[in-house]
Amino acid sequence: MKRNGEPEIRVGFYVCHCGHNIANTVDCAAVARYAATLPGVALARDYKYMCSDPGQELLRQDIQEHRLNRIIVASCSPLLHEHTFREATRKGGLNPFFFHMVNIREHAAWVHTDRREATAKAQALVHAAVRRVAHHQALQTKRAPIHPAVLVVGGGIAGIHAALTLADAGKQVFLVEREPSLGGHMARFDKTFPTLDCAACILTPKMSRVGSHPHITLWTYAEVAKVEGYVGNYEVTVRHKPRYVDASRCVGCQDCIKACIYKEPKFPDTFNAGLSKRKPVYLPFPQATPQVVVIDPETCIQVKTGKCKQTCLEACVDRRAIDFTQRETLERVTVGAIIVATGFKTFDASRAPAYGYGVYPNVYTALEVERLVNASGPTGGAIVLRDGRQPERVGIIHCVGSRDEKTNRWCSRVCCMYALKLAHLIKERTGAEVFNFYIDLRTPGKGYDEFYGQLLEEGVQFIRGRVGEVTDWAFMPEEEGHLVIRVEDTLAGYVRRIPVDMVVLAVGLEPQADAQAVRRLFNMSCGGEGFFLERHPKLAPVNTFTEGVFLAGCCQGPKDIPDTVAQAGAAAAEALVLLDRGYLEQEPNTAFVLEDCSGCKSCLPLCPYRAITIAPETERAVINEALCKGCGTCVASCPSGSIGQNLFTDQELFSEIEGLLAPAAAT
Amino acid sequence: MTTFAYYPGCSLKGTGRAYEESLLPVLAALGIKLEELADWNCCGATAYMAVDEVKACVMASRNLALAEQLGHRELVTPCSACYLVLNKTKQYLGESRAVAQVVQRALGLVGLSYQGNVPVRHPLDLLVNVVGLPAIKERVRDPLTGLKVVPYYGCQLVRPYATFDDQDRPTSMDRLLGVLGATVVPYPLKTRCCGGSLTGTLPEPGLHCAYILLKEAVKRGAEVIATVCPLCQFNLDAYHHKIAAKWGPVRVPTVYFTQLMGLAFGLPARQLGLHRGLVPFAFEAGARRPEREVVPPDRPPPATPACRAGGPLAS
Repeated sequence: MKRNGEPEIRVGFYVCHCGHNIANTVDCAAVARYAATLPGVALARDYKYMCSDPGQELLRQDIQEHRLNRIIVASCSPLLHEHTFREATRKGGLNPFFFHMVNIREHAAWVHTDRREATAKAQALVHAAVRRVAHHQALQTKRAPIHPAVLVVGGGIAGIHAALTLADAGKQVFLVEREPSLGGHMARFDKTFPTLDCAACILTPKMSRVGSHPHITLWTYAEVAKVEGYVGNYEVTVRHKPRYVDASRCVGCQDCIKACIYKEPKFPDTFNAGLSKRKPVYLPFPQATPQVVVIDPETCIQVKTGKCKQTCLEACVDRRAIDFTQRETLERVTVGAIIVATGFKTFDASRAPAYGYGVYPNVYTALEVERLVNASGPTGGAIVLRDGRQPERVGIIHCVGSRDEKTNRWCSRVCCMYALKLAHLIKERTGAEVFNFYIDLRTPGKGYDEFYGQLLEEGVQFIRGRVGEVTDWAFMPEEEGHLVIRVEDTLAGYVRRIPVDMVVLAVGLEPQADAQAVRRLFNMSCGGEGFFLERHPKLAPVNTFTEGVFLAGCCQGPKDIPDTVAQAGAAAAEALVLLDRGYLEQEPNTAFVLEDCSGCKSCLPLCPYRAITIAPETERAVINEALCKGCGTCVASCPSGSIGQNLFTDQELFSEIEGLLAPAAAT
Repeated sequence: MTTFAYYPGCSLKGTGRAYEESLLPVLAALGIKLEELADWNCCGATAYMAVDEVKACVMASRNLALAEQLGHRELVTPCSACYLVLNKTKQYLGESRAVAQVVQRALGLVGLSYQGNVPVRHPLDLLVNVVGLPAIKERVRDPLTGLKVVPYYGCQLVRPYATFDDQDRPTSMDRLLGVLGATVVPYPLKTRCCGGSLTGTLPEPGLHCAYILLKEAVKRGAEVIATVCPLCQFNLDAYHHKIAAKWGPVRVPTVYFTQLMGLAFGLPARQLGLHRGLVPFAFEAGARRPEREVVPPDRPPPATPACRAGGPLAS
């Protein structure tokens, strides 16, 4: 194949076995033989692992020895190895964009079972690539600067750790938390497993360090409203909800709370899982960061009706921190990278009606019990039932909303260990007999299984079986007045009825209720269960499919505190890699405007990256290459066909389609 | 007036007469007519199903074939055992060619055949999902205001074939009783065993089942238990003397849900077979409302004379 005025096209073709991944379903040798018959192909080989060093070296040598000027590798997804082979092409002395990749693993081998048909499909894809690659041009990558600041979304332990890591490295961090205080779920726990160190004692120093760090801008009671731009240059709009308190004036003296027109706390305290009451003006919890009160718009008379005596205002007359004129405000910041650490919610136990949550007052969720055992909780750490009695027998039901076909199929990973921790604390504080009802005990962590062993020695009881029902009807007279847990003891082999005073439901972890909206906000993907999807489960666990957006903590999937902190550190490190490199290599697959543009402006509103403007002197559209992401929307929509795109020229695309639709006779 | 094919089964002509006596007028009041299969036979429940499933299927399928012949779209059967066996037979015939061949050969000998087209439905399903609760509510003349009713479904209505309600926590009857104006008592034992035929063969465990159900109903302040099944009604109604002798008195009447519907529709108690219960039950419609209105909310309402159930109900 030879085109006018240009050197002869000499394609080097390689088909990769990918071990058994491709070779088991696609006849790689036949694909190579077929490719060798196609016009322009100077060399065709099949090879076991093209991505290996010898594979890359082979490619490099062939370019020189056989004077190749186009390279095609038929192997896995370009997401995985396009970069590898472009680099090998470059080392062979060719412009890397003379390389083209054909995905015959995900697109043929893995999705078919019939070897003959899969091979035929691979050959058709190869034919398309050979036709296309002849039109490839030499292209140059460009560099764009990266803004040296990071947005961290979520102020739980994941967001806190990521923010501190980045700030300690000298980067500017904006930390956005939608609740009035930092702390997330961890702030509500009493002890942490398996070492039983106090959650507050290890968390609150980090919280106050965030609050006072010179490189961290902390925005609580705020949410991300909009994200524009691209990696290195994200334009983020943050919505500040009115807390009706000027955070710069409030010192947390709480005089306003004492002065509130409500003499007694009246409204459920969400921090204490509704087990205690609070006033409309409140400090979320004693160690809240920032130490700034907040006024709840749902319950404050002044906010709701404007007809309150405003005794809080009088109490704060010196500092004038209370401000009922506050309105929602928007703020824009530019950051180079974003770390999403939006956490989880616990399973709503009323969705498992057999366990009687919401029906029997002495059925609690684990989060409620965390508050009960906490020294700063509603009972000051005393484990008492709603009627004031101390329980003598307690049943802890595992896997509520986890590993359950009817609700959530996945294992929530933390419940076994926190259930053991609660069992230990309840037994230690009350002397109650404690029963754990489990399907499997999963204690794989440093010191975890030893902790389980310790509980066995302490005399905590373990009954293997998924609980069928928590009920209040009595089969035997001694059951009267108690809750009864009905369970098939699968080790003993019979159905048991265990009367208890208190039931603790070890609820599982779920994606946040608004995870889908957050996913769209940051242009991420979700797995089937709704947790945010990492780019690769093993090799890119904190990256997302959007460049410069990273994941940390339970928003990516259930995990305990050690894993969360490790992942937050990894996300911070990935963000640092971007920021410290300082620039971004940009793919040259950008769009460009041809001579015959009429300046109709129809492409302007279509561009998601606002990369197109009209040049005043020529009245033609101009595309800013730094902003263009190569999505192709303008190319497809231009009424006069006056926009082209590198790597996706009409010639390249039409040749590819022709190759696919009219495959040369296969061998 | 819509007509459905009707398979009563043996109970509704014997111990469960009150069920039929209340079902037919209640459905008629809602514009539904039941046409009884001519020359129907035993559904094949209990003994046959336990001894020889295929023969039991032959018996049941004859009734299904008769229903098909009658030409109505659906077959209604009120007894839970009949409902289960007829549905089970339909399932077996659909799943097993071997069973279907035996059944078709047997039916062929008497000039019948079965195509598997007739859905088998329970009156509760019909009332809640075909007639609908709004239409029932509209027909109520004397609401059961203040009557504390335990909804008891028994085991067979939703297990194993949960065709119209939740397998473990059915709510159809709860909602139905609600629109009649009754106070529905939360009752976690609503699908627990009544003792079934054990009350006849192994009385001790059988009666204990019935005792638990009655005791828990009394404990929760129920004035009456509503049931959908003749065997449940019999077990909960007929053995009070034996139960009292073993475990103490747990006296509370058990009636068919259709009887309560009839009362709420303003039909005369005698026409609804309410005189047949061994533990007597009566409800004077409207007798409670004026009393309730004068009771201050902080004091419990006085025991009403309207419920003449007798026994230690008030405690």
